Amino acid sequence: MFDLPTIWAGLLAVAIFIYVILDGFDLGIGLVFPFLETDKCRDVAMNSVAPVWDGNETWLVLGGGGLLAAFPLAYAVVLPALYAPFIIMILALVFRGVAFEYRWRDKAHEKTWDKSFFFGSLLATFTQGIVLGAFVQGIEVDGRAYGGGWWDWLTPFSMMCGVALTAGYALLGSTWLVMKTEGILREKAYRISKITAVATLAFMGIVSLWTPFLSPEIAERWFTFPQLLFVLPVPTLVFILAGVLAFGLVKRRDSLPFLATIGIFLLCFIGLGIGITPYIVPRAITIAEAAAPDKSLMFMLVGALILLPMILAYTAYSYWVFRGKVDPEAGYH
Amino acid sequence: MEPVVSELAVNLARAQFAFTVSFHIIFPAFSIGLASYLMVLEGLWLKTGNDTYLRLFKYWRKIFAVAFGMGVVSGIVMAYQFGTNWSVFSDKAGPVIGPLMAYEVLTAFFLEAGFLGIMLFGMGRVSKRLHFIATIMVAFGTLLSATWILSVNSWMQTPAGFSINEAGQFIPESWMEIIFNPSFPYRLVHMVLAAYLTTAFVVGAVGAWHLLKDRTNKEARKMFSMAMWMAAIIAPIQIIAGDFHGINTLEHQPAKVMAMEGHFESHPEGAPLYLFGIPDQENQELKYAIGIPKASSLILKHDLNAPLAGLDTIPREDQPPVAIVFWSFRVMVGIGMLMLLVGVTSLFLRWRKRLYEASLFHKFALVMGPSGFVAVLAGWITTEVGRQPFTVYGLLRTTESIAPVEAPAVAASLLAFVVVYFALFGAGTYYILKMMNKTPGELAKLPGTVTRTAGTTPAASLDPDAMNPAE
Repeated sequence: MFDLPTIWAGLLAVAIFIYVILDGFDLGIGLVFPFLETDKCRDVAMNSVAPVWDGNETWLVLGGGGLLAAFPLAYAVVLPALYAPFIIMILALVFRGVAFEYRWRDKAHEKTWDKSFFFGSLLATFTQGIVLGAFVQGIEVDGRAYGGGWWDWLTPFSMMCGVALTAGYALLGSTWLVMKTEGILREKAYRISKITAVATLAFMGIVSLWTPFLSPEIAERWFTFPQLLFVLPVPTLVFILAGVLAFGLVKRRDSLPFLATIGIFLLCFIGLGIGITPYIVPRAITIAEAAAPDKSLMFMLVGALILLPMILAYTAYSYWVFRGKVDPEAGYH
Repeated sequence: MEPVVSELAVNLARAQFAFTVSFHIIFPAFSIGLASYLMVLEGLWLKTGNDTYLRLFKYWRKIFAVAFGMGVVSGIVMAYQFGTNWSVFSDKAGPVIGPLMAYEVLTAFFLEAGFLGIMLFGMGRVSKRLHFIATIMVAFGTLLSATWILSVNSWMQTPAGFSINEAGQFIPESWMEIIFNPSFPYRLVHMVLAAYLTTAFVVGAVGAWHLLKDRTNKEARKMFSMAMWMAAIIAPIQIIAGDFHGINTLEHQPAKVMAMEGHFESHPEGAPLYLFGIPDQENQELKYAIGIPKASSLILKHDLNAPLAGLDTIPREDQPPVAIVFWSFRVMVGIGMLMLLVGVTSLFLRWRKRLYEASLFHKFALVMGPSGFVAVLAGWITTEVGRQPFTVYGLLRTTESIAPVEAPAVAASLLAFVVVYFALFGAGTYYILKMMNKTPGELAKLPGTVTRTAGTTPAASLDPDAMNPAE
């Protein structure tokens, strides 16, 4: 149970989850950007994530680097299988990443960089959803390589996952703005949050109901009797948190909607894990089969156990320094 | 069925990697040096209280932010490209190089990213001391990052400390031997010095540009002077470091040195140093060669008559593409010599107390501004192309490292990278040049370029610019 590959699968899952939450809300800012009509609102929204977005995206680099290091076979199979979505995702991230600096440098082209920020965020989010969906539905493996076709990732299910994740990140982004801003921006963010909350829960429901039909194996985990008792708390808690989210939005408790959204994401993530383990490439390669030799895993584990708490500590400190509502006049520009 | 990958796909993947990595390396080369420069500027400001240093800090910080942003986003591409185009390499070499790259992320990237926000936006929010610590952490992070990635690269050049299992994977045996592989110390020193020189020449060129317009400008004088000290001190050290690196390469990757030197033939009694020639790999000869007798033996073996083997001792299929390596090496060395000339000249002018008056020299320094980038790229090409036809030197061929991808897919993604990179990084370069065209005083006063706004933070008085915006 506590062998090195399992520990590493757990650590990677944690890293990916942290990525989804952190970059989720700053990608989400990009998704709601067109609806923050005035420049002032956009300036403040962007400044609410400017000091931290770079750290947020570092978790994605850890996800990729960690997968290569701990499960090289999985990395070597998954990336070629999802060639197009990955390329589009990283190019989209380039587009939105530069917008953080460029938009302040050139008043004449501010609108261009706003669009770059929005479309970059949208494409990156949508392709991440596609990657998730294509991964869950399974990847064809031939020997030690990807054995499927070019367009296998493109299915109605993966597209639906793209839509669901887009709604979800938009909800993270808008509830983040509710928490971090004041005045008309906060009012806008409340209105957007109500829409994205409904959309997220609806699409999430569709994906959740769809997933068991992808394979009898997943269905069995969710719908046979003894297992059912273990997995039942997941959807139950989702319903409770959906209630908390609605309460926070209606009663205007500024921090509550964001926290409830994180909780909902966590539950979905756990639900996903239930459907996948012990595979790392669903129903083709197990965690144990893909793992790097113990010497590699042990070497990294020593570092990770020392460094991850430090990283979490100074990341938390950085968020602490920029705590509270964003100052509309702030920025180093 | 074994995946069949066409030669075209291999070459396209090669081109894609070369393009993205070449683009990427420009930004770290600049930000490693600039981060250290910012640390020095802030430290000097805290120590002396001289506001010139603070204005220079704020000026270069803005430029750093744009360059760093471009480095981050082009770096994300690299983290995934190993998988998309070189998946077989990833599967085989992953157990060895993966953990090193993971350590780069854990020790360096997070450190830089975690403290970057405080460095950029934190003045006035945290104490001066803490802000300085954040700047130090960012600088330290860039150096740590260089250390790990050069360890990876050096291992691919001079692999050590591993065994190979039945699946053909490299399995780590000794992490000490892997990390401190034979070429690592030389490569690391050479690269970090190159980054410092690159930054020194950019800073020097910006200083020179403003001196040409107004030689009394305090900030311009200060940055020009600092950059010229750097050039004068580092350029000669870099040339010595390069020489040691070359001797190390001769020991571990002789074919690369043969290509760099253009030695198709073995020279039993002292090899000449070819200054010029047209490598003809087809006929295995260096055409129109002009050389200094025995000088190559002197440089590489420190002995005029030492025998040197040539490419005739290496099978054709194991030879790197000679012309590229031969010429990129000459570009790098040539720029190194020009940098030395700048450094020495600056010492002479300083001695004559004419450093800020010699406008011809300022023009020369201005032209030399981008030279560091060219030298870094040329050096990178020399070492990477010189490793061919292998990804892991002597063990794993490039043609055996590629993912089972088809040529049209690689071509399409290559095209996308080219278009996006030129458009976005072109814009970034334009913005950087626009900022450089302003003096530190002008840039701070531009509308929309608020530093920490007075009154919004309890510690606004920490910031002299906020108190005296007119200055």
